Amino acid sequence: MNLLARINARTLPLIVTSLLFVALFAFGSVSYDSFFSAQVFLNLFIDNAFVIVVAIGMTFVILTGGIDLSVGSIVALTTMVTAALVEQHHWSIWAVIPLVLLMGCAFGVMMGVLIQYFELQPFIVTLGGMFLARGLCYVISIDSISITDPSYAAVSEYRIMFGEEAFLSISAVIALVTLAIGIFLAQYTRFGRTVYAIGGNERSAILMGLPVARTKILVYTLSGFCSALGGVLVTFYMLSGYGLHALGLEMDAIASAVIGGTLLTGGVGYLAGTLVGVLILGVIQSLIAFDGSLSSWWTRIAIGVLLCLFCLMQRFFEHGGSKLSALFSYWNKPEEEGSAGSGAQPAR
Amino acid sequence: MSTEPILVMKDICKSFPGVVALKNAQLRLFPGEVHAVMGQNGAGKSTLIKALTGVDLPDSGEIRLQGKPIQPTSVNEAQKIGISTVYQEVNLCPNLSVAENIFIGRFPMRGFAIDWKAIERESKAALAALNIHIDVNQTLSMYPVAIQQMVAIARALSTEAQVLILDEPTSSLDEGEVERLFDALRQLKAKGMAILFVTHFLDQVYAISDRITVLRNGEFIGEYAASALPRIDLINAMVGREVNEAVSATNGASATDITNAKPFVSTQGLASRGGMRPLDLDVYQGQVLGLGGLLGSGRTETARMLFGIDATDAGTVKVEGKTVKINSPYKAVRQGLAFCPEDRKTEGIVADLSIRENIILALQARRGVFRFLSKRTQTAIADEYIKQLGIRTPDAEKPIGQLSGGNQQKALLARWLATDPKMLILDEPTRGIDIAAKLEIMELVKAQCRKGLAILFISSEMSEVLRVSDRIAVLRDRQKIGEIAGQDADEQRIFQMIAGAEA
Amino acid sequence: MKPDTFRNLIRNPLFWPCVTLTLLCAVNFYFNRGFFDIEIKDGHLYGSVIDILNRAAPLMLIAMGMTLVIATRGIDISVGATVAIAGAVAAAMIGGSLVIKDGVQTYVSNVPMPLAIAGALGVALLCGLWNGLLVAGAGMQPIVATLILMVAGRGIAQLITEGQIVTVYYEPFFFFGNGFLFGIPFSLYIVAVVLIILLLLIHRTALGLFIEAVGVNPVASRFSGIQARTLVFSVYAFCAVTAGIAALIITSNVKSADANNAGLLMELDAILAVALGGTSLAGGRFHMIGTLIGALIIQTLTYAIYSLGVPPEINMVVKALVVFGVCVIQSPALREILAKHAFRTREVA
Repeated sequence: MNLLARINARTLPLIVTSLLFVALFAFGSVSYDSFFSAQVFLNLFIDNAFVIVVAIGMTFVILTGGIDLSVGSIVALTTMVTAALVEQHHWSIWAVIPLVLLMGCAFGVMMGVLIQYFELQPFIVTLGGMFLARGLCYVISIDSISITDPSYAAVSEYRIMFGEEAFLSISAVIALVTLAIGIFLAQYTRFGRTVYAIGGNERSAILMGLPVARTKILVYTLSGFCSALGGVLVTFYMLSGYGLHALGLEMDAIASAVIGGTLLTGGVGYLAGTLVGVLILGVIQSLIAFDGSLSSWWTRIAIGVLLCLFCLMQRFFEHGGSKLSALFSYWNKPEEEGSAGSGAQPAR
Repeated sequence: MSTEPILVMKDICKSFPGVVALKNAQLRLFPGEVHAVMGQNGAGKSTLIKALTGVDLPDSGEIRLQGKPIQPTSVNEAQKIGISTVYQEVNLCPNLSVAENIFIGRFPMRGFAIDWKAIERESKAALAALNIHIDVNQTLSMYPVAIQQMVAIARALSTEAQVLILDEPTSSLDEGEVERLFDALRQLKAKGMAILFVTHFLDQVYAISDRITVLRNGEFIGEYAASALPRIDLINAMVGREVNEAVSATNGASATDITNAKPFVSTQGLASRGGMRPLDLDVYQGQVLGLGGLLGSGRTETARMLFGIDATDAGTVKVEGKTVKINSPYKAVRQGLAFCPEDRKTEGIVADLSIRENIILALQARRGVFRFLSKRTQTAIADEYIKQLGIRTPDAEKPIGQLSGGNQQKALLARWLATDPKMLILDEPTRGIDIAAKLEIMELVKAQCRKGLAILFISSEMSEVLRVSDRIAVLRDRQKIGEIAGQDADEQRIFQMIAGAEA
Repeated sequence: MKPDTFRNLIRNPLFWPCVTLTLLCAVNFYFNRGFFDIEIKDGHLYGSVIDILNRAAPLMLIAMGMTLVIATRGIDISVGATVAIAGAVAAAMIGGSLVIKDGVQTYVSNVPMPLAIAGALGVALLCGLWNGLLVAGAGMQPIVATLILMVAGRGIAQLITEGQIVTVYYEPFFFFGNGFLFGIPFSLYIVAVVLIILLLLIHRTALGLFIEAVGVNPVASRFSGIQARTLVFSVYAFCAVTAGIAALIITSNVKSADANNAGLLMELDAILAVALGGTSLAGGRFHMIGTLIGALIIQTLTYAIYSLGVPPEINMVVKALVVFGVCVIQSPALREILAKHAFRTREVA
């Protein structure tokens, strides 16, 4: 029973997701020549570096039971501000990047304060943030601004070689470092555990004396920061700033988190799962690209189907899981009575 | 017991807009004692606790801990100076592990990282001190409520607490679990901890506490040694007038002769997986069938099963002799059943809607969407019941959430009476309301019964069950163990039945 | 005016939406003295006000459906995708071409128009049933359940249009979005019919009561014998049908179906309209007329931005500020602060 209990609502989706990724990759390797290569795998990180970074922030937000719909437009705004400052005002890359990161944080703080102190729904506030950031893009320019600054091109083209053939981009490395820091934050710091506690039961978290207000604002700040960092990575990737960049990215980020096993009600989930979620979305895109005959809209449909399956699975575990555990404790009653262990009554 | 109190609250006053919650309240707490704070609803118990734990600041008055004046402004601050609280509902995070729940907020760190190993070790030790041995890395939600409550206490204790406040910690525990909790409390007491215990259960007060402070209407009534205060005097102090606790168990029984009558509802072997064991129950019109049993014995589960809320997977239900399948409240209502649930706030009232809308809700649901009651009819129905049941409100348009508990309960009764039901299931209809309103509601129940309604009455206060029931079905461990006629029953006998089944 | 009547007026849930709309109209009038002018050309009414009403029609329709969904504590963020799907179906089924037959230009549709309309509405209904199934049947959080269709919906729409923008060449179909009946845009009749049906359902049947009861306390409502699941299920279905009707108007208006952009961000506008109309996003009491005013506020705002000569893209910034403003005004926290303040001043007095 112990082992069975360990594979529960929180770990099973992660296992299923990982298996699914392996299966998809294996399917690709069997179906298409040259799919099975280190570079195709590493390309998943290169092409989705910004998604990974954004999804990390999103996962933190979802873990508190909130949601952040503004991430895509903050990414777009970041690219726009970067492009405008670098191209039109000839700022240095070293001045621009800290500035845009700060801007992302400021956006997050603003939304966090509105959510926390005015007790507004995260959904609606970040929706406002989404409008605001996209709108501000157009205030800067309606058209795309391409970035010709050589330092951006240099970062963009730099390859970190692994052996003879395979390589990663700087963006992918930044994404992986961010992920590592994120995992450390989530598992080994007070901030991270408070995030989980809020998602589990916010009222309890307050009564346990945890800094709930501060943590919630920080979580949206973190998401704002991640979005801005994602935006910086997009500028490296696309070498342009545009108000239509990262359209619908918030949905990809949410989908990655959910597919990775994060409960949208909060409190349960792993950042590693989110990474696998992003990779799954990426591998689906690669599959469709390799196929060549399938149109790009199949990606959206596939993501929708996956999202649906994983949500249903979560539902099953929310309900079935607790019923299952109640059953176990009921059946196990005779043995446990002596051990003074669990009161052995099924939880009501 | 030491002679110096560890905690003194003096002349505490607190008022909220329109209400004086506390007026010169007093409290003394000595190390090594369990001290019960008693009072009816609205007596100011929770306000007093909130003042102590930093949730609400008192307007005036003085709190001294070990002689030093303190003024905690947050739960955190109160905890830091040694005042820990365990609340009625388990205020932990169900998604975190047991160990984490004990230590969150004050994790031991190793460098920049949380020291998980130390947490596991120390939480095991903390629980062992309470005689609990469980896997601390398991998620909290995997354990029953009693264990969760113990984890909450372990958490409260591990902060080097000097004062432990228990705010109705037993309301969701069964007898055995309460005993375990009390064992733990006695151990703590022996170690010199000062424990403040708030509860509604008289038996428990006498079982565990050394002294009792009584509050009434926000005022301090007195501080007594538990051994020197007979129950009846305690009740008098709480209520403020003479009541005879041992209200005669024999009721003015309606005692419709049932020897020849057919039951209105009868169940055969009704059971649900993981819930009730097979149950045979007959409910007759013009009679009150009481469900006797301790908490967790399956009283509420029986009601929910009958009303189609919880799924059954064995047995049959017959209504007026015909076998019917009741798998939703909607169908139950169609069969003439009505159900006042235990948790009035979350399962009973629709807080933002008016009294009128709340009263006609079930009737309208029974009529369906299209046979709409005009507003005039609705008002007429509502006004009639407001008058008939004595619901105290200026008019029927007031949101029901603004009524007092007793009046909300009456409005819920009205909701069901308006459907002209044949059977009424009342789950704890008197919980959380003051004694006067309790008596009124019991009277209403009897009156309805005399009119020919079948009534299933559930209450955790055995004396209430005894007072209103014509027959009492006794439950234990989700199983019916017997049935006795109301006039033959007394508490002693029922408890003997419950105890006997245990042997 | 007596202070009491004034207080009652302010307490009326429609008070603030009306004030907002009036103010916006005043702004428009200030910058454009012809704002309220209505002239009759070829027996049709023309003017800014008519234009706003006409353009707001799809939003009004969807917002009405959204109001019911939100009142049951739900939300439907898939309406934009539903618009895209229904629009794609309508356009693909009608299609049409200009045929010159005996020297006379005639328009031929792929399938008869009523069939195409039924098809589009039927597909929209299916979308709604799907959402309803996930929310009421599987018990998912509404935002998650409808997120699925929101993500997949545009893909499905593109599947139908095969990634192309499908142009409609069938003249009679244009009547929905551009036609006039008795001098008034036809779309407004559609809005009026839906509104009247809704108002009848809400006020002459128990639907309004049940929806509010379920929104305030789903458990208590179920325990009272209300079939909450069926109700929630139907509400999502209805909301999707309003999106389907809106899709017909939009498709007819632009004479084509664009799977990528049709109904884009429509869900957000609809939610905003509901919030502006005074319905709490937490569910419970709802105000259908308020929602219509909310939709008009959004359209009037858009119009004002155009007439001010500001680039239309700024619209989003303004909308964002409106969202924040409305939410903060509606927020319980602010009300508490104000109430405290009022209490204090009364004490002083």
